[in-house]
Formats: sequence, C-alpha cells, structure tokens
Amino acid sequence: MGQIELKQVTKSFGDVQVIPPLDLTIEDGEFTVFVGPSGCGKSTLLRLIAGLEDITTGHIAIDGTDATGLVPAKRGLAMVFQSYALYPHMSVRKNIAFPLRMAKMDKAEIDKRVAAAAEVLNLGDYIDRRPGQLSGGQRQRVAIGRAIVREPAAFLFDEPLSNLDAALRVGMRMEIMELHKKLDTTMIYVTHDQVEAMTMADKIVVLQAGNIEQVGSPLELYQHPRNKFVAGFIGSPRMNLIEGPEAAKHDATTIGIRPEHTRLSTTEGTWQGTVGVAEHLGSDTFLHIHGIPGCDPFTVRTGGEVALSHGDTAFLTPDPDKMHRFDAQGLRIA
Amino acid sequence: MARAVTTRRKTLTTALAWVVGLVIFFPILWTILTSFKTEAQAVANPPLFLNFDWTLENYAVVQERSNYMRFLWNSVILAGGSTILGILVAVPAAWSMAFVPSRRTKDILLWMLSTKMLPAVGVLYPIYLLFIRFGLLDSRAGLVMVLMLINLPIIVWMLYTYFREIPGEILEAARMDGATLREELLYILTPMAIPGIASTVLLNFILAWNEAFWTLNLTAVDAAPLTAFIASYSSPEGLFFAKLSAASTMAIAPILILGWFSQKQLVRGLTFGAVK
Repeated sequence: MGQIELKQVTKSFGDVQVIPPLDLTIEDGEFTVFVGPSGCGKSTLLRLIAGLEDITTGHIAIDGTDATGLVPAKRGLAMVFQSYALYPHMSVRKNIAFPLRMAKMDKAEIDKRVAAAAEVLNLGDYIDRRPGQLSGGQRQRVAIGRAIVREPAAFLFDEPLSNLDAALRVGMRMEIMELHKKLDTTMIYVTHDQVEAMTMADKIVVLQAGNIEQVGSPLELYQHPRNKFVAGFIGSPRMNLIEGPEAAKHDATTIGIRPEHTRLSTTEGTWQGTVGVAEHLGSDTFLHIHGIPGCDPFTVRTGGEVALSHGDTAFLTPDPDKMHRFDAQGLRIA
Repeated sequence: MARAVTTRRKTLTTALAWVVGLVIFFPILWTILTSFKTEAQAVANPPLFLNFDWTLENYAVVQERSNYMRFLWNSVILAGGSTILGILVAVPAAWSMAFVPSRRTKDILLWMLSTKMLPAVGVLYPIYLLFIRFGLLDSRAGLVMVLMLINLPIIVWMLYTYFREIPGEILEAARMDGATLREELLYILTPMAIPGIASTVLLNFILAWNEAFWTLNLTAVDAAPLTAFIASYSSPEGLFFAKLSAASTMAIAPILILGWFSQKQLVRGLTFGAVK
C-alpha cells in the first residue's frame, strides 16, 4: 500500500511562503512526477512528504494514517537523492544493508534481501566495492538498491538522473520504469525535465512558485493544458503562443499552436515568414520561422529532410482542430 | 598550459626548502647536541658542533635529580585527558553548527575564536582565585579542565570545517534509512570524519603537551607535567645548559616521535580542512 494524501499543506521559510496551501492525492501504485522550473518548490514538496522538512500547516497522510509529525524513518518511505548520498566508507553490500541494520533485522534476512536487490539491479559484480570505485550509473543503482530492500510504501526520487550523461540517463529512465512495473509500488519522481516527466509518469503534477498548475496524465496535459504556463512547459519543442490580432480572430487573448500541428509550405499558407535557424535531428527538423505576427520566432516541426534553408520564405498553416485558446488570465477557453 | 618546471628550478626549490627546514630545526638539533656535552663544553666559545666528548652524564644526573616518569605521566594525562574531553564536547557542538546552523552560528564561531586572541595572563588572576576556591591548585583534574577549555575553540573550529565537507544529503539518507541521531553520529558522521577527528586529536594533544603558561602557573609538584620539568632546570642560581638541554630533549622526545609518525594527519590538521 502506498497512498499519500496532502491536505492544505503549506511551507514557509521565515516570512517567505514557498508552498501556498496545497491539496494532492497520490494513489497507491501510481508513478507520479512533480515537474516544474527550478525553484518551483517541487523538491521542497518531496522533502515535506519524506519528513526531511517540517510542514508549516496542514496534514500529510500515508495509507490513511496521519504522518504529519512522524520522523522520516517512521513514514515507511525510501528516498533516492540527486547526489546518490551513498555512505562512502561502506561497501555496496553494507550500503544496501544499512536500512535493514537500522531496523534491527536479523542477519540471515538482511543477507537474503541484499542478495535479492543485487540480483534485480545487476549489482553482483561490484557488491564488495566502495562507492568511490563505481561509475555514476552504478552508484545510482546502489542508491536504488538501498531504497528497495526496505520494501517501502513509496519511493521518492529527487532528480535522480540529473548527474548522469544523456545516454545513461535514457537507460536508467527505462530501468526505473521497469522497476516500477515489477514492484508495483507508488513512486514520486521530481524532475525539471519535461521529457522525463512525459515518458515516465502515470500522473504529472506541474508546479510553479509552489502552486499546482495542473494534475493529469501526460496526454491530458499535452492535449488539454489548463493554462498558458502548462501549455508552454509541456511538450518539446515548446508550444508557440501567439498574442494580438491573430489571437483575437479566434476570440482569444492568446492562441497556442504546437510545432507539430503546423503545416509548412513554400507556396501558400495562413502566415508568411522567413526561415531562421534549422535544428536537424535526423528524424525531424525544427525550423524557427521569423516574421509571424505575435510570435517570434515560430517553431515548426517537420520531416527529416527539408528543402528550406536560412533566409527562404515559408508559409505556415495551423491545424485549427489542435489550436489552444487562452483568455486574458491565461486560462484555457473550452 | 601547465606551468613549466625546469629541473634547475626544482633543485633550487628543494635546496631552499632544506635550508629553511634546517634553520627551523636548528635550535632543536642544538639542544639535542648540547645534552651530550659537559657543562664546560656547552658554554665553550667558539661553540663545539660535533667535535666534543659525547657523554650521557647529563641524562643520568637529570634522572637522579627528578622523577622524569612522574612528569611524563602527568603530561600524558593532561594532554590526553583534555583532548578526549574536548572532543566529547566539540563533536556534538560542531555537528549542530555544521548541519543545523542558526542565524548566529557564524557569530558564535567567531566569538569562540576571539577568546584565543585574549592574552592568557589577562585571566590568570580570576582563574587562580577560582582554583584556590575549589581546591584545584596543583591538581590534574583542574588542569585538564583548563587545557580543555583553552583549546576547545580550536577543536570546535577544526571539526566544524571537517563536518562542513560532509554532504548533508548523506546524513538525510541515514535519517530516511531509520538511523537515530546517535546512530547517525556513530555510524555515518564519525567514520566519515575520522581523518579530520584524528588530525584534530593529534594537534590538540601536541598543543596541550606544549602548553606552558597554565601548567607552570597552576601546578607545583603533584600535577606538574614536562613543561615544569624543563623549567625546573632553568634556575637562577646557575646556568646548567647541558642539563637543561638533557631535560628538554627528554621532554620533547615523545611528542617529536608522535609528530614524526603522524606527519600526514598533522599537515591536514594544520591546513584546517582547507585542502580536500
């Protein structure tokens, strides 16, 4: 079991309120990702759930039991830190066994569980090495191993992949998702990377300045962003937001068009512009078009091979069915 | 581009380092040499360097005249006791300053260090009176307390700088893993800080061993350590340089040997945690 419920939770550091009153329920077995720009309070929220920071007001319940005043160890949660936070003076085996040792578990059971975790995470070859002798990816696996042996109610991940290089990050992302399927335990994952959020999450919580902007599945957020912030944050490349007369034509203050929902032509279209920088990814090309009224530059996603180059004239036609409209407050118009 | 270091430059720097080292070490070397001379040779002019009749007579006289072992034992108790006591007080203090700092932590640290800038003689009188009042004069217990207190700012500062190098996330991980505060200090912080604690212990042991102001002023016979032993040979009634040198050599030998074997730790200690 691992249902986590936050009721009217706030957090202030001195006079500065970093988390305004917030309600959130994370269901048992769900993979929830907290995403948002740096300083949005996502890590603070995770630390409040972990018990590493005291909440200022409100309540936190884990599996229906009030955990507000409980110390971290009593909450039955395990955490994986950004810096891995392994104990450098202990071998991999001792690192993984540490939480079990603290729980005064008997030695036979500890050995059994450590062996099982090592098996799941392929740690067998370096079980007697110290963290200093391991690569970043291996260290991260040890940190996960230390978390899974406790069989916690939920796992908390605080930007666990941000210290890894790009290739390793993709690999570890898959491993964490596999682990989630295998263990079927609640996981809360904090990241500033919306691609990580989209690929991993069952549920995404988008945060800005401590406020929850929207909660939903990755596709819900992509297809129906509740406001301009979510619209701009979710999706890569970012959604094009157009203001002014072009938006007024659609009875909105702002209209949003995703780069992939725009047709590109060299002869005709709704808007005319000039090709700027082109980012060639092989499978796709992102073209930055200048001169589109109310949005400069306008990004278009197109096929891998494009005949257009810098300075050429391009015509754009947005897909009207996939256009997003926002009012003066930045909220979505249905 | 890395700075080019020529062989000539290297040789020169090495030679210079040796010269500086020898100049610093010379007084100690001279003391040791003098301890093997007769009193007449000790004051000979021009001074004799190695061409004298080597004798152990001074050591025999010193041993006969005073009980070296008693002074040595007192030095061990005072230096060891004050260091252990200091560490026991300083570890929790440094932990709280490094990991749960308050708005005033920096001020407290500076204030603690500022007490070291006060001339010791400024508080001699009140402390002397306190010692009389509590019957602590010439007692090991009283001196252990005083030595601990005068070195405490340095112990706390050193441990604080070492603890600051330990990432807070590791301690948080231990907390998540179910470690109590005691277990966190015992199984995580202390083992990680062992090199720092070791150099702190060493440095403070040496400071306490060499401390002369308080040990001379607050002891007479029972608690007198090796500093008092040396001082007893610099009497105004006559200049016994050879015997004084023998006594000094005997007093500094233990700490010199300890220092020699723990050079690496000491260098780290003296750089105050500045070098990782």
